[in-house]
Amino acid sequence: MSANPPTPKSEETPIITGLSGTNSNLAKVLRAGGFGVAVEVSPPIGPNPEAVQKQITMLGGYADAYNVTDNQSANVHMSSLSVSIMLKQAGLDPVVQFTCRDRNRLGLQADLLGAAGFGIVNVLALSGDHPIWGDHPQSKSVYDIDSMNLIRMVRMMRDNQVFENGKTIPKRAPDFFIGAVENPFAPPHEYRPIRLAKKVVAGAQFIQTQLIFNVARFREFMKRVVDLGLHEKVYILAGVGPIRSIKGAEYMATQVAGMDVPDHILSLLRGLSKEDQAKAGLDLCCGIAHEVSQIEGVSGLHIMAIAWPEAVPQVVRNLGLYPRPSMAPGVAGDESSSTG
Amino acid sequence: MSLRSYLQDHPTPYVWLWEFTSRILKGMKPLFERVGVERSSRIFEPVEAIGKHMAFDCRDCGQCALHYTGMTCPMTCPKNLRNGPCGGVRMNGKCEVRPEMDCVWVKAYERAQHTPYLHEMLRLNPPVDWRLEGMASWVTYATGQDQVTTGADLIPRYADEVLKQP
Repeated sequence: MSANPPTPKSEETPIITGLSGTNSNLAKVLRAGGFGVAVEVSPPIGPNPEAVQKQITMLGGYADAYNVTDNQSANVHMSSLSVSIMLKQAGLDPVVQFTCRDRNRLGLQADLLGAAGFGIVNVLALSGDHPIWGDHPQSKSVYDIDSMNLIRMVRMMRDNQVFENGKTIPKRAPDFFIGAVENPFAPPHEYRPIRLAKKVVAGAQFIQTQLIFNVARFREFMKRVVDLGLHEKVYILAGVGPIRSIKGAEYMATQVAGMDVPDHILSLLRGLSKEDQAKAGLDLCCGIAHEVSQIEGVSGLHIMAIAWPEAVPQVVRNLGLYPRPSMAPGVAGDESSSTG
Repeated sequence: MSLRSYLQDHPTPYVWLWEFTSRILKGMKPLFERVGVERSSRIFEPVEAIGKHMAFDCRDCGQCALHYTGMTCPMTCPKNLRNGPCGGVRMNGKCEVRPEMDCVWVKAYERAQHTPYLHEMLRLNPPVDWRLEGMASWVTYATGQDQVTTGADLIPRYADEVLKQP
């Protein structure tokens, strides 16, 4: 208990900086009306930058932005920020992911300033898998703030040039293009679109969804989102990914929180040879990706190839999304016409 | 099902209790300020804690959100989420961390339907002020210290701002 309980602060005139993620390649593509593609990059579990270099060579040019996961599945990895810096220096547009699991508001803001200092614009805010799922289940989870308030904090750092404590950020406001996530498959299904709306009010400009295998459920979710008019306020990137084997599919169906892998997908892969499983997994991914691209309100794809980055170029090519548009600095970065 | 969750699933008496208490508390603001928030809190906290621990499995955050969250304590969520469920909720509605427990927000959304506070599901709840932990939220509610946010967001904001239809 503190000696001096806080008193409500008086209202100060908010600064509106007018920044909105101008230097984000992803924002440029989306704002120009293009169909966006984001691809996930996995940081290595060791101190080897070669693993990042390998993915840069393999995936470079196949996406508009590259998501860098933050201690994925609560397993320790090289930090999202440092790998994002490597991508940035290689000329790619990174999306640095921030979970609320490992850092409090001090840590988060420090790394947000760091990202801004390196010219990284895209940030993705999420709660994060609980440590119980990862390789350090004995650790203390932080969850000082929730993902909603992380989005809000990033937006206010940019728009109002203030830290979470309300104090002005010296020199200038950092610019961010703010992303959030949504899982249309986890209960309570009826509440998910409302929660998405809350994220939009908090400041989210683009949304990346959980991996889609249950297209019917996703269609239902998007219908509600469109009815609520949210697709006009935020860019929604549908999450897709190739499955390499039946083992991987079964693992996702049973061991990954919030994943909905319908039985017909499992039975499709069952009984096939190893090679055929990978081929079927790839075809399935392209099929789902094609189907969800046609759904009203979907502005792009977020491709997550779990432990199978080699498949990503194939998926992007098969869908006819290669080559990606090259966005010259400043082109189509028109803020007045921006959503979000 | 425990007696506690039975009562939470039928929240009407709790709604009456809150409507009654919140009116009294608002009137007590000058008294709390005169006695001092710290001191008032020391007097009221034990009383508040007994009831709330039994009825809601209260975690003493000192900034009660029960009427915003369908009479379900968001601090019982292993991630302390105060703005809706995480993406890890199991397909059967159970918690990703404790598979035997119902997701706090699945329950909150269900229960909110039976209260007059369904609209509060659209509310952006501010982050926890950890300095208030262990204080009486009756006192912090009355004095407005439980809802301090920063910058442009001093006024509570709701999702209907961006919705085409409610």
